[in-house]
Amino acid sequence: MNEYIGVAMVIVGLAFDVFGCVGLVRLPDIYTRLQAATKCVTLGTCMILIGIAILTGLNATGVKALVCMAFVLITSPTAAHAIARGAYKFGVKLEEPTVVDRYAETQTDEGRS
Amino acid sequence: MEAFLYTALGVLVATSYMCLYRIGSGPTAPDRTVAIDILGTSLVGFCALLCLLTGRDFYMNVAMAWALLSFIGTIALAKHLEGMGFDE
Repeated sequence: MNEYIGVAMVIVGLAFDVFGCVGLVRLPDIYTRLQAATKCVTLGTCMILIGIAILTGLNATGVKALVCMAFVLITSPTAAHAIARGAYKFGVKLEEPTVVDRYAETQTDEGRS
Repeated sequence: MEAFLYTALGVLVATSYMCLYRIGSGPTAPDRTVAIDILGTSLVGFCALLCLLTGRDFYMNVAMAWALLSFIGTIALAKHLEGMGFDE
């Protein structure tokens, strides 16, 4: 029973990884690529690690997989946030159909941010 | 079980090639940084599956170290981007 649950979680995680990387290749803009790829690949890797922890059971390898999942879950959104800020400061413009840019509004209103 | 693990490793290699395409053809430097970050995160899963396939324990240590080092490298690249800008 545990084996089926673990294999199912690994398969779902692989599907999320594939969809995230397809978004990384296909989407038009740095910010859309960032939001597609980071969320999907973070969830996919976390589900792969949970599946491996279920498959190996509660020994050293399984606990290491859970600790590694916690690392990925903390560090990956932080890195994505830093990249988005760096890309905005770098001067990458938003793609044409974008209608609102809240970050630029906070930059012009002094004291609001 | 072994065939399933080999298939899973093949899928992760395919996603890594998608990231390599974006690293090679990204129009700007932040695109390449995003692709490097995603490549590091998906290779953590690759190392974990390799641990299950070979039955050796140290691949999980490799995955943990890779997660932390990839995070530090991405933060350094993002800080570098923030100070650089197109017009400088």
